[in-house]
Amino acid sequence: MTAGHALRALHGVLTRELLRFVQQRARFFAALVRPLIWLFVFAAGFRAALGFSIIAPYETYVPYEVYITPGLVAMIQLFNGMQSSLSMVYDREMGSMRVLLTSPLPRWYILFCKLLSSTLVSLLQVYCFLAITPLVGVKFPLAGYFAAAPALVLTGMLMGAIGLFLSSLIRQLENFAGVMNFVIFPMFFLSSALYPLWKMQESNDLLYYLCSLNPFTHAVELIRFGLYAKWNGQALGWVMLSLVVFSGLSVIGYDSRRGLIRRHTG
Amino acid sequence: MVLSISNVSHAYVRQKAIHNVSFDVPSGGVTMLLGPNGAGKTTLFSLIARLLALQHGRILIEGQSIETASAGEARKVGIVFQQPAIDLDLSVRQNLRYFGRLLGLASGERERRLQDELSRLGLADRAGEKVRVLNGGHRRRVEIARALMAKPSLLLLDEPTVGLDPATRRLLVNFLHSLAKEDRIGILWATHLVDEVWPEDQVIVLAKGKIAARGTPQQILAHSKRDHFGAAFEALTTGDEQ
Repeated sequence: MTAGHALRALHGVLTRELLRFVQQRARFFAALVRPLIWLFVFAAGFRAALGFSIIAPYETYVPYEVYITPGLVAMIQLFNGMQSSLSMVYDREMGSMRVLLTSPLPRWYILFCKLLSSTLVSLLQVYCFLAITPLVGVKFPLAGYFAAAPALVLTGMLMGAIGLFLSSLIRQLENFAGVMNFVIFPMFFLSSALYPLWKMQESNDLLYYLCSLNPFTHAVELIRFGLYAKWNGQALGWVMLSLVVFSGLSVIGYDSRRGLIRRHTG
Repeated sequence: MVLSISNVSHAYVRQKAIHNVSFDVPSGGVTMLLGPNGAGKTTLFSLIARLLALQHGRILIEGQSIETASAGEARKVGIVFQQPAIDLDLSVRQNLRYFGRLLGLASGERERRLQDELSRLGLADRAGEKVRVLNGGHRRRVEIARALMAKPSLLLLDEPTVGLDPATRRLLVNFLHSLAKEDRIGILWATHLVDEVWPEDQVIVLAKGKIAARGTPQQILAHSKRDHFGAAFEALTTGDEQ
């Protein structure tokens, strides 16, 4: 594979993903409506019930809406990753994934292109969401919107890699509902998206440890710190490590020699 | 030979799908892989396309083993899958452009090939339309155009006429037979429809994962002692040879 070929293929996969995204307007609005409901309804209802002590990266008390916004940003990326995973399963059942897998490109590179294109779509969704949050008084420092971008690329790729890995395991479209119950919800609720971890520790040590091990927690924290243009080495390390692990598992999952894809074909 | 298959066997977890299959596909002709559903045709295609790992035997494309060939060698093979594999929400042109980019074609070459294949398949005036609005026959043509954009030396067709009306089916069968001769492409065509076989085709009859017969339709018919090719195929694949 030459550099020119690699770039053209990446261009092709990115363009296709963007065209599909633009044409599937319902997907775009669904991606925005979900976090907006959490922000406008859930956060409004809970702001009185929940109080927070001052924790990094905040330098003062913050309203609940401000606290959960990074978590909702990560939620957009999580759902986008799962949507991408769903489309992989659909594509594989419908055949277009076979076109991609039989193209003259190394399989790891095909998966990398899919990951990057899914991340790009999630970035569009995230920045549209962040453009709306000032309506409820949630604003970040201007530098934060820029500083968060690389963090969002990493977290978007992590969510995409988790989705890719799952899509290599899911044999049929009908099984995807199970992913909602067993992956998305536990990942989201067992994280610092809705409540800080010290609050979780106060109520249950085991849940606290589960939250600490959850890659989604670290994705949320990386985004939270990024939005305030602050560094969080621990979250970055966890996100990078998780990205490597899930990307590796995806490559194994889609490698015909190792067998995961073989079970559904023929 | 553009494709050589030697002693290929493949088993899934619970069952054997292909057993010791060997045959060659020459350039410039059509080799019909004839078999009922479940005969192992799609498994064999998936092995050639490297969607499945080769467990036993050898597959050579233009003399090169598919196990040692680089991913770039996949350019030599054009594939039309049994399941439609085009994006319904994109236009015909967008679908082909996407595939051209996956092939690594530079924009000038990509647009030239795209235009050539669209014209050859009678789709030039439908290029801007979404695939979703096309009928089954036109969608199949888009898939064939896509496979031909690679300028392959081997074209794999997995039941390409399934679901098409008789007139469209006839058109496609004629087109693909001419294509093999004119472009000197070796075509391996999996089907269970005996009326798609032409007298000069090489026929491999696959039944329960094994080759039940091979040769020209005339040779197979003569050997089977039946009065028409359809009856010979049925007898071979059901095991009822008397």
